[in-house]
Amino acid sequence: MNYLMRRLAAFPLVLLGVSILVFVAIRMVPGDSITAMLGTEAGLLTPAQRDSLAAYFGIDQPWFVQYWRWIGGILHGNFGISVTYGRPVLDVILERFPLTLELALLSMIIALAVGMPAGIYAATHNEKPSDLGVRIVAMIGQSTPSFVLGLLIIYTLSAGFGVLPAMGEFAPLRQDPLRNLSQLVLPAITLGFAFAASVTRISRSAMLDVLSDDYVRTARSKGAPARSVIWRHALPNALIPVVTLSGIEFGYLLGGAVIVEHIYALPGLGRMVLDAILQRDYALVQGSVLFIAFNFMIVNLLVDLAYVALDPRIRLGEQ
Amino acid sequence: MVRHLIRTLLSGFAVAAMLGIATVSAQAATLHMAWSQDATGLDPHKQTAFSSLRLLELIYEPLVRVDASLQIVPAIATSWEFSKDGKELTFKLDPKAKFQDGTAVTSADVKASFERILDEKTGAAARANFLSIASIDTPDATTVVFHLSQPDVPILTAMSDVNAAIVPAAEIKAGSIGTKAVGSGPFKLDKWDPNAKEVLSANKEWAGGATGVDGIEISVLPDEAAILAAMRTKQVDFALLNDPLVATLVPKEPSLQLNRVPVLAYHVLQLNPSRKPMTELKVRQAISCAIDRQEVLDTASLGEGKVTGPLTIPALATDPSQLFCYKRDVEKAKKLMAEAGLADGFSATVIGATGEPPTAAAEAQVIQSQLAEIGVKLDIKMMELNVYVDAWLKGDFDMAIALNGGRADPYTMYNRYWTKTGNLQKVANYIDDTLDSLMQKGRAETDPAKRKAIFAEFEKHLAEVSPWIWLYTSYSYTAQQKNIAGFTPTPTGTLFSLSKVTIQQ
Repeated sequence: MNYLMRRLAAFPLVLLGVSILVFVAIRMVPGDSITAMLGTEAGLLTPAQRDSLAAYFGIDQPWFVQYWRWIGGILHGNFGISVTYGRPVLDVILERFPLTLELALLSMIIALAVGMPAGIYAATHNEKPSDLGVRIVAMIGQSTPSFVLGLLIIYTLSAGFGVLPAMGEFAPLRQDPLRNLSQLVLPAITLGFAFAASVTRISRSAMLDVLSDDYVRTARSKGAPARSVIWRHALPNALIPVVTLSGIEFGYLLGGAVIVEHIYALPGLGRMVLDAILQRDYALVQGSVLFIAFNFMIVNLLVDLAYVALDPRIRLGEQ
Repeated sequence: MVRHLIRTLLSGFAVAAMLGIATVSAQAATLHMAWSQDATGLDPHKQTAFSSLRLLELIYEPLVRVDASLQIVPAIATSWEFSKDGKELTFKLDPKAKFQDGTAVTSADVKASFERILDEKTGAAARANFLSIASIDTPDATTVVFHLSQPDVPILTAMSDVNAAIVPAAEIKAGSIGTKAVGSGPFKLDKWDPNAKEVLSANKEWAGGATGVDGIEISVLPDEAAILAAMRTKQVDFALLNDPLVATLVPKEPSLQLNRVPVLAYHVLQLNPSRKPMTELKVRQAISCAIDRQEVLDTASLGEGKVTGPLTIPALATDPSQLFCYKRDVEKAKKLMAEAGLADGFSATVIGATGEPPTAAAEAQVIQSQLAEIGVKLDIKMMELNVYVDAWLKGDFDMAIALNGGRADPYTMYNRYWTKTGNLQKVANYIDDTLDSLMQKGRAETDPAKRKAIFAEFEKHLAEVSPWIWLYTSYSYTAQQKNIAGFTPTPTGTLFSLSKVTIQQ
């Protein structure tokens, strides 16, 4: 409990650090909201026009004043207004987040459902042809960039079969679950493929480690059935690296999967942040990076807590 | 029991199918469109991004338009006339013209719109084109008189741009331009979800007559290969494409049609004549002679385009083969380099924007290899668009690969770079008395034949002094299902003719 409180208490400090970093970083990049909107036509502006636009975009004040205003707003629950969307930043983020969360969950389910059995199978058939087969597929999965796989899927389906899930207008889960799933299944497979490959490799090696441990040998020598040795004795201990990997990967996915969202035209967080950076929508970039950092911290905390559940020997926070 | 169940199910399917058909026919008149880049805002006076203009042209109207042959045609104004001294421009407005909120478009709206553009507080980049407006008179509700401080023939073309759109005076007063889109154009904007979707419905009261479709739904599909896939499966009727690599795949699809038309924008290698050794005329000319423009076009853009001189307007452009060193001559280039004391060449950096245009990096690479033959070692630096624009506007580069926008009038297109008072003089970094005086003559001349001669001289001189190396113009591409009829592509890239497009069953 103490541990949890201490971890939670550190959140604001980390977020403060992130807020300063993102605030400075986005402003260090050359170009601003005005050049983002006007491109080279910005050169036609008179100084007075430039000043007026800077005031409109809220970039006319010195950095520390802008930062102070922003942080002050956040303390009151106001993350600012996105100039692209003309709406509060938090509204825009929360509208995009369910899709990102759903996609992350779906790809994790695919990754675990495929990767873990494959990894365990490979470990129990160590150095046999089937193990080699699994390892080759996993290697291909890990080294295929998601844009190659995504475009390949889209091309094969549309050119070969003349079908493609509806693109362009995304149906939220609560509105139309069937359409929603049909739109997300391909992106989830695209993301899940590489993810599953990592899970396969890591669960295979973790399982191999555990299978050579003394206690497993003892269990076997006592005549425990092979199935029970694997599932009851070995698996729980082999899970820890899988949980770590999945946690980190899931945390990344909650930040949005830019390339997959780009290819499948999904309105998720990743594309939103990318567009916001390209359009120099400062408030939106800052707000979403903070939001993503917060999610990452929560996921990390959950992963740490999961260790305790998996291995009673681990006691968090004790000296 | 089972039979009953089957019967119920079947009748259910029948109803569903009928409903399905009903929905299909109700939606049949909606054009499903896709593009990879979305509009960035709704204020017609402020937006300059290509996709913003394409969207706003469907909602707002300027006083006049240019047609596919770049001739001025009526829009809100039915007729217009310059006074003999070229200092007074009078418009007669269409009495049928109405804004989408039902109010009539009057001379007061025209006056208020131009005053808004001229007001520095607005931050309208197009203001630079209207600085000769001294005052605006509105003798009656359908007559507007612009009094100009100097003869300004190109102003009429500048007024054809959606950046000079007429917006309701009441909305200006309410400060709602940019948050609400109330124009007098063929379509009303019902919904805009930035970077995702636009929903437009036909404006039944449009003075231009009935539109061919009931509405347009535009989806933002950021990947153009995915746009093509969505067209294959008939999810999309009509799409705007940027990437020649994707566009050239369209004709291979039996149900699709590619529309392409040469545009006014030009691909160019900008030299910076304020940086050594590009300060030397002979060095710039050597670069011009060492570049094989056709090879750049063939390699970077699959030959999709046309080699061009500075003027890209078909009615005014001279045959590029007549211009200085448009036939590659490496020996001449080497000789010029030697005369400039640089027989061993020099090193320079060329900047380009990643993906903008999609061919930028490839162009830079071809030019790099061509210039290596005369000893010029180019270092290519690709940047994110905004970073590039920032460096470009400061003139902070040795050389830059650029795709610069064209205009229907050469004065509006080039006065920013090649006149002494041009706003982008710092980018061009080149002052030349001949270019400046030819530009001034072209601005005041009303006789088309004489204008053509002036600009031909301008073009010849510009190619010869080579501050920039003009490369080629590419095509604007739209792809459509073959059952879509009535779209006319134009060199300005406008999608305005979507107002008359119909969907054949």
